[in-house]
Amino acid sequence: MRMEYEVVIGLEVHAQLATVSKIFCGCSTEFGGEANSQICPICLGLPGTLPVLNKKVVDYALMAGLALNCELSRHSKFDRKNYFYPDLPKAYQISQFDRPICQNGYIEIETAAGRKRIGITRIHMEEDAGKLNHEGSIDCSTGSLVDYNRTGVPLIEIVSEPDLRSPAETREYLNQLKQILQYLGVSDCNMEEGSLRCDANVSLRPLGQKEFGTKTELKNMNSFKAVEKALHYEITRQRSLLEQGKKVVQETRTWDDNLAQTISMREKEEAHDYRYFPEPDLLPLEVDHSWIEQIRSNLPELPREKKERFIDQYGLPEYDAGVLTASRALADFFEEGVRAYHEPKAISNWMMGEFLRLLKEAGITVEQAKITGQLLAELLQLIDEGTISSKLAKTVFAESFKTGKDPAAIVEEKGLKQISDQGQLDQLVSRVIAAHPAVVADIRNGKDQAIGFLVGQIMKETRGKANPGLVNKLIREKIETG
Amino acid sequence: MHLYELPIHQLRDKIDRQEVSPAEVLAAFYRRINEVEERVKAYITLTEEQAGVRASEPLSGPLAGVPLAIKDNISTAGIKTTCSSRLLANYVPPYDATVVNRLNQAGAIILGKTNLDEFAMGSSTENSGLYPTRNPWNLECVPGGSSGGSAAAVAAGAAAGALGSDTGGSIRQPAAFCGVVGLKPTYGNVSRYGLVAFASSLDQIGPITKDVADAALLLNAICGHDPLDSTSVDRPQPDYTQFIKEGVQGMRIGLPREYFSMDFDQEVKTSVLAAVQRLEQAGARVEEVSLPSADFALAAYYIIAPAEASSNLARYDGVRYGYRSKQNAKLSEMFTSTRSQGFGDEVKRRIMLGTYALSSGYYDAYYLKAQQARTLIKEDFDQLFKEYDLLISPTTPTTAFKFGEMSDPIDMYQADIFTVPVNIAGIPAISLPCGLDSKGLPIGLQMMGGHFAEGKILQAAYTLEQLLAFKEQPAEVGGAE
Repeated sequence: MRMEYEVVIGLEVHAQLATVSKIFCGCSTEFGGEANSQICPICLGLPGTLPVLNKKVVDYALMAGLALNCELSRHSKFDRKNYFYPDLPKAYQISQFDRPICQNGYIEIETAAGRKRIGITRIHMEEDAGKLNHEGSIDCSTGSLVDYNRTGVPLIEIVSEPDLRSPAETREYLNQLKQILQYLGVSDCNMEEGSLRCDANVSLRPLGQKEFGTKTELKNMNSFKAVEKALHYEITRQRSLLEQGKKVVQETRTWDDNLAQTISMREKEEAHDYRYFPEPDLLPLEVDHSWIEQIRSNLPELPREKKERFIDQYGLPEYDAGVLTASRALADFFEEGVRAYHEPKAISNWMMGEFLRLLKEAGITVEQAKITGQLLAELLQLIDEGTISSKLAKTVFAESFKTGKDPAAIVEEKGLKQISDQGQLDQLVSRVIAAHPAVVADIRNGKDQAIGFLVGQIMKETRGKANPGLVNKLIREKIETG
Repeated sequence: MHLYELPIHQLRDKIDRQEVSPAEVLAAFYRRINEVEERVKAYITLTEEQAGVRASEPLSGPLAGVPLAIKDNISTAGIKTTCSSRLLANYVPPYDATVVNRLNQAGAIILGKTNLDEFAMGSSTENSGLYPTRNPWNLECVPGGSSGGSAAAVAAGAAAGALGSDTGGSIRQPAAFCGVVGLKPTYGNVSRYGLVAFASSLDQIGPITKDVADAALLLNAICGHDPLDSTSVDRPQPDYTQFIKEGVQGMRIGLPREYFSMDFDQEVKTSVLAAVQRLEQAGARVEEVSLPSADFALAAYYIIAPAEASSNLARYDGVRYGYRSKQNAKLSEMFTSTRSQGFGDEVKRRIMLGTYALSSGYYDAYYLKAQQARTLIKEDFDQLFKEYDLLISPTTPTTAFKFGEMSDPIDMYQADIFTVPVNIAGIPAISLPCGLDSKGLPIGLQMMGGHFAEGKILQAAYTLEQLLAFKEQPAEVGGAE
């Protein structure tokens, strides 16, 4: 009989914090600067320099801790993690070992079987290392250059409990985590720029067994999709080993996106001894009640609360509320629109249809779009007032999306104003009726839907500007009376 | 009296009264350096050119025109800071240590950088990666260490005053051996920013001077909170010169029984106890006290200091600055050969000790235990300072020893037995000369106080200095004509 296995996954996520300056010095954290242009004696670890903690980093870690339902440590400290590598200028990383800033939290994810709680073991603060750039290709490199711009950029490491049971759950956990961190504004969670990095521990065990199986650690997954693919690959690989009666080797494996497989980095986990000890250059970190309360009172509304409020307050369907609260910027866009327009569902429809489509086409984020919720509201008013047809409104929206101009101005400029003048339309209707006697005969014989052809002809002649309702009415009147 | 023989406060008076210009003072000191340096070898780098430029500029501040020497493990922008190590032999920092900034703001002029045991690890300057410094009182003797260059320079008149650093006695022990005054401030009273770290939780910069009043002057200039050093304490700063006045009437002084009952040089013991008697005659109340945990201090020190050092010195890997071995075909080979060739034996010994003490499986037995001992030692001192203003001991168990005499590292470590507990507890202490032994070598007396009790220490030390009127000058280097 085929053995059933249960998948066990735990994640270690590193999120770069969106502070303006580094964790222990005043250098800029901006991404993409010229190599070694954002460095100073402190982040270079020059002899004699000392770290001074950026309080904003603690603020952000506390915000993440509160949003992820953690216990916040009143007494915390930093430790040195010692190892040699050229991208680590002090040959130790200042991190937190046995007293992390936050512990024992959770994230709730939606699964097919309902809502599920994924435990968060700990969140700790640490500094990022630099970046090695190899000249030539990795296998025949003639030398390596080090860029220390990233050295000292603040990170939080969020370690989950081994509570995830499938790649899909893992993806959902990552989505939720990313959404929360972005909402808080503590990280932009941009995986391409490396501001969100994820390692996964994965193992299999016979269904019903309590003890964990042997795990492997997966690294180098550069997107959520890659995480999911790597986990699928690794689960299949481990299952096939177990089914053949072989053992899974505890090791670190790297995901190769091109080969679409995980590759062993080193047999057996090297017994790394980081010789952690308390960082003597920094005082123990004391977080008092008032600090925590100040953070708590400034905590923004989180995605789940916002979604529920959108349903209650605006009467949106759950699906709409979910889409619109996917990011804080999208939700803010919506609420700006709703403040200036009475029908939330109409705003929602336009956002979920035209807005998201155009964003996708342009490959930009909500923040980068020129159109605003206010402009969308103005556009909807123009439709309501009969100034433009809803069909032409799409053209106006696209223009406003591109330029940020206000819809009324675009209508004016492009001459898109709806023709509702009866005298002007009368002439057109008469001409079209005269030109299509066969169609008119059909209508008279009860083929009512043929009227649409005549309306279409008029819309074509007016390049969509004729008021379709009025045209329809005029045609009927003319045919009946004629 | 030559200018180089004057203490800082007298030099300052002469400069203020315009009897002499900073440029003339500077010239006098460089002449003196030329005279004695070949024999003493106190300096690694002389900064005559920069100093000359500075002496020609208008200077103001409490140290205007005072020529000082800086230990070569304190960073100076644009001036080599070697730590007496092959690894940093050509390293030039791009920034000034906070203490150097403060000395410059106070108007001081830097004469040069002084020799030390490599990375401040040692008690004789014999561990210097360049050359040893010799004791101006007897050129066959060590000047002490690790701030041996600074102490020898002040003793020889080759600097008006100097900065040293003290991790386990590195200011006080060489001050004692060279017959000058050395003050190790409370941990956190002087910024460590720019001091090349040996053991971060123990290191402290302090003055080495001709007399106690000068120590107060220099401490005034360098102390105080520094936003660049998280361990520097933010508190109101007293003017330490106000404690330069006589008076120990009613002062309660403790003599730690555990120290005086140790087996050490009888002449040192006799001299220190005679000095204590003078204080008693001047009205101090002297009692024997107990410091039971002092026994653990040396053991705890030789765990904590190497542990921190093993981490602090890991950055010298040949990647960014300093020495890089030519054997560098592979990264790991570059790391290993750079460090094997660059560090001296004592530094390697301590890196190995520290790495071992921090290794998983040993951490609890060594590092954690040592930290617990540290807590006990602190508590012992805290308890005593509730009842006593000061504790007095010898600074060192012997006077200056001869080169090569302490070939066993353990013997050398024992030389720190009276000074190390002070660093472990983070308290301030001063060493001042209290006499000469039969070989004509100076004997140092150590006064210890509670946290931030530098004022009391300075007052008692000044009083004793006046009572003893120790005026002997080092014989070997002599006066100039």
